[in-house]
Amino acid sequence: MGVEFEQQPSVELSKVAVSDTHGEDSPYFAGWKAYDEDPYDESRNPSGVIQMGLAENQVSFDLLEEYLEKHSEAASFGNKISSFRENALFQDYHGLQSFRKAMASFMEQIRGGRAKFDPDRVVITAGATAANELVTFILANPGDALLVPTPYYPGFDRDLRWRTGVNIVPVHCDSSNNFQITIQALEAAYADAVSKNIKVRGVLITNPSNPLGATIQRSVLEDILDFVISKNIHLVSDEIYSGSAFFSGEFVSIAEVLEARNYQDSERVHIVYSLSKDLGLPGFRVGTIYSYNDKVVTTARRMSSFTLISSQTQQLLASMLSDKDFTEKYIRINRERLKNRYHMIIDGLRNRGIECLEGNAGLFCWMNLSPLLKERKKESELALWKSILYEVKLNISPGSSCHCSEPGWFRVCFANMTERTLEIALQRIHDFMEIKKENDVQQQ
Amino acid sequence: MKKDQESTPSSTSTGGGATTAMRVIVPLQGVVQGRGGLILGSVIPCALFYFFQLYLKRNRSKGGSGENSPPPPPARSPSGTHLQESSPLQRVQSRSLLSPRGGGSSGPAPLLASRADSIAKQADGPYYVGLKRVSEDPYDGSSNPDGVIQLGLAENRLSLDLVQEWLAENAKESILGQDMSISGIATYQPFDGLMELKVAIAGFMSQVMDKSVSFNPSQIVLTAGATPAIEILSFCLADPGNAFLVPSPYYPDLDRDVKWRTGVEIIPIPCRSADNFCLSTTALDRTFNQARKRGLKVRGIIISNPSNPVGNLFNRETLYSLLDFATEKNIHLISNEILAGSTHGSEDFVSLAEIIDSEDFDRTRVHIVYGLSKDLSLPGFRVGVIYTFNENVLAAAKKLARFSSISAPSQRLLISMLADTKFIHLFMKNNRERLERMYNAFVTGLKQLGIECMKSNGGFYCWMDMSGLIRSYNEKGELELWDKLLSVGKVNVTPGSSCHCIEPGWFRLCFTTLSENDIPVVMDRIRKVSEICKSRS
Repeated sequence: MGVEFEQQPSVELSKVAVSDTHGEDSPYFAGWKAYDEDPYDESRNPSGVIQMGLAENQVSFDLLEEYLEKHSEAASFGNKISSFRENALFQDYHGLQSFRKAMASFMEQIRGGRAKFDPDRVVITAGATAANELVTFILANPGDALLVPTPYYPGFDRDLRWRTGVNIVPVHCDSSNNFQITIQALEAAYADAVSKNIKVRGVLITNPSNPLGATIQRSVLEDILDFVISKNIHLVSDEIYSGSAFFSGEFVSIAEVLEARNYQDSERVHIVYSLSKDLGLPGFRVGTIYSYNDKVVTTARRMSSFTLISSQTQQLLASMLSDKDFTEKYIRINRERLKNRYHMIIDGLRNRGIECLEGNAGLFCWMNLSPLLKERKKESELALWKSILYEVKLNISPGSSCHCSEPGWFRVCFANMTERTLEIALQRIHDFMEIKKENDVQQQ
Repeated sequence: MKKDQESTPSSTSTGGGATTAMRVIVPLQGVVQGRGGLILGSVIPCALFYFFQLYLKRNRSKGGSGENSPPPPPARSPSGTHLQESSPLQRVQSRSLLSPRGGGSSGPAPLLASRADSIAKQADGPYYVGLKRVSEDPYDGSSNPDGVIQLGLAENRLSLDLVQEWLAENAKESILGQDMSISGIATYQPFDGLMELKVAIAGFMSQVMDKSVSFNPSQIVLTAGATPAIEILSFCLADPGNAFLVPSPYYPDLDRDVKWRTGVEIIPIPCRSADNFCLSTTALDRTFNQARKRGLKVRGIIISNPSNPVGNLFNRETLYSLLDFATEKNIHLISNEILAGSTHGSEDFVSLAEIIDSEDFDRTRVHIVYGLSKDLSLPGFRVGVIYTFNENVLAAAKKLARFSSISAPSQRLLISMLADTKFIHLFMKNNRERLERMYNAFVTGLKQLGIECMKSNGGFYCWMDMSGLIRSYNEKGELELWDKLLSVGKVNVTPGSSCHCIEPGWFRLCFTTLSENDIPVVMDRIRKVSEICKSRS
């Protein structure tokens, strides 16, 4: 036998590192890749892919820039030695008190003063992505589950499950009642988990909903709260789009429901918030967990060491958000602009024969293309999605990536572009529908 | 004298379960393998042992580590700035204590995950208690001269004035740019950091390490501080229940960073004063084998270079030995080099990256952690670096960085600051000088009090031998002295036991949060306590 060279075994990685729970191989992200490779630009690449899969709010940048120009000392350190000392040195996971106060007050303003928030219950994190993951780490053990109503934000598969080892059990909602969450659906999901020997630790709702673009009605919130009480589990309410409800009065926060009940049973409720959507500042990485449970607050604070916001950003935002004139104006104008965008796209689609779910919040609409499907199946939906991506050159999100049980629905974002670009997108849809009609006529 | 290992996560989590299972299986293995003469003589004790383990395991989980304490009255605004830190983990079954209160709850409170609780025990240790005491009563030369002096935080304030000056002049433009446009910082940016900043940091790292090695920006993942950098590497390199070997004493927060949410264990490799607390390869070997016998799978070694709390530098031979060992056992090697720029004294810092460069090692097992908190005095900015030679780790870490991204405006600011090479050069020079001055002043001052410090070449601290002052040569004696220093002397130092040091009586004293004027005050207070201890005996 010849000399055998020992092949040095390559060093192993963990299961977390090699798992695909990050979900980046799903259509949701494949669309992004297509966009990255051929991004639309009004002048330089007018035939490129228009990104309508990114829920980013760019409609109110001018308001922010105006503020920063007037208050430029907020961006620097005001030349005060003590403020800087507090600033650069600050590595305490409590976060700047001024920032927490400002966040609490901003959250109150968004809810029209209908709920109060205590700055000492605000835990800071680097974005809502981190907040959702962190809350999951605290509320559930590996192998346990959270119930999440469908359709839901595709990122939850990664954020709630990847490192935490926690499962998502879907609570199925459908168009028969406008995708509202029902007690039956919650009970069914719970029973499903029990039958698989999975321990349910809580329900996680997004209100206003992503991808539906609609607020949850008060009566439904009451039902959900009663449900979690009856099962003695937690309720996480992801309210990151609360400032993007077109009419302030139409958004009801779980905080309001709790206040009306005198905070009875509140220790099981936790709210996630972020400035990425409402303020259009996802690059700043600002998220919070607001919990009515002291132990969760304490634990979350310690755990936030893994995901803190730079003190410079905290200070900048503390100034901005405590300026009540600015925030009142911003919230009002932002809502108005989002509402107008929404109507622009809804009307534009309706004129082309496409209906959407009646929405009242968020940076997207929930579009119904099921009439265009060859078969009411996921495969048909994906085929349609592909042709819209590669032929129409629009990156929209297929409902299946949001775990929607009804094929044919798509999430279409409208706030991350100029009005002009939106018009072009609508024009492309118009052309696509025309061709479809012709094809259908020809086939008859 | 061996210190207790950090307790494993509670039995409901997978990590604890695995180790418990292992402890049961190992004695049985002997029987299965037919070792030992009398099978019956082995079976019966093993069976007894097995049942004893089961009994213990059941009783441990009854301790209610997953139970909540009764919920407090709702929506109360606590007085003072912080919520009360929760009291030491309640082991008493709390369900029976719950009673419905008006506006409270209609039933028992929902449980939290057991891993949520596992940090509570550690959080009441001296390291954290000391930090808390200082925050409640912080010393200030003029406004609060009787306050507690912070000597427990390895944070560098010695050269803050230089940074502050730069920021005052340059901050605004750096963040918003000349056109005051916000879209460049407001929109979604790559979660693993702006490429411009990676380039700047790669250059800075090289500069800090005296240009002995160059760093490739494409191998960098930026995170919001070194804390998540270490945690992300732990998640990528080990599964729950696996272990990393770490030379002890090591800094207290490493327990949190490596173990808390990952379910990964740390097995300390004890280092001794006789070796100047330097890592010996014999100890490394022995610890690895012991781990193996316990059924623990070792996935890697984590070193800090310069080390914390001792301040040692790893020399070339030791780094080579570590790489040889890691290669032989096919495990990873992580080097936390966050203090590389904070060296003083005559010895040169050698990065693991330099060793890798010069030899034909399998680089895919090498990972370096860095950050700007220490060397640039910028902990508030939260900038950590994972530098890895492993493509797969790089890919995974990039995705995981989304949970710990650096705020875009801060990144822009740092790009400007790091590009100002004149400033950086001036800062590093001044900083090193001040560090060396403070270090020498403290070592001399402590010597006059009869307290020797371990010779160190880096870091923000002195590693003091106060074993002569402790009443009993054990952890209890050490903690009594720690408490005396905190309550009577009103200085917060970190006891060696919090750093898993196996020899009692050693304490870490961080001197970088002080000015030179504070030195006599500190010495005075330590002297007072020292005299109290001496007069006792």
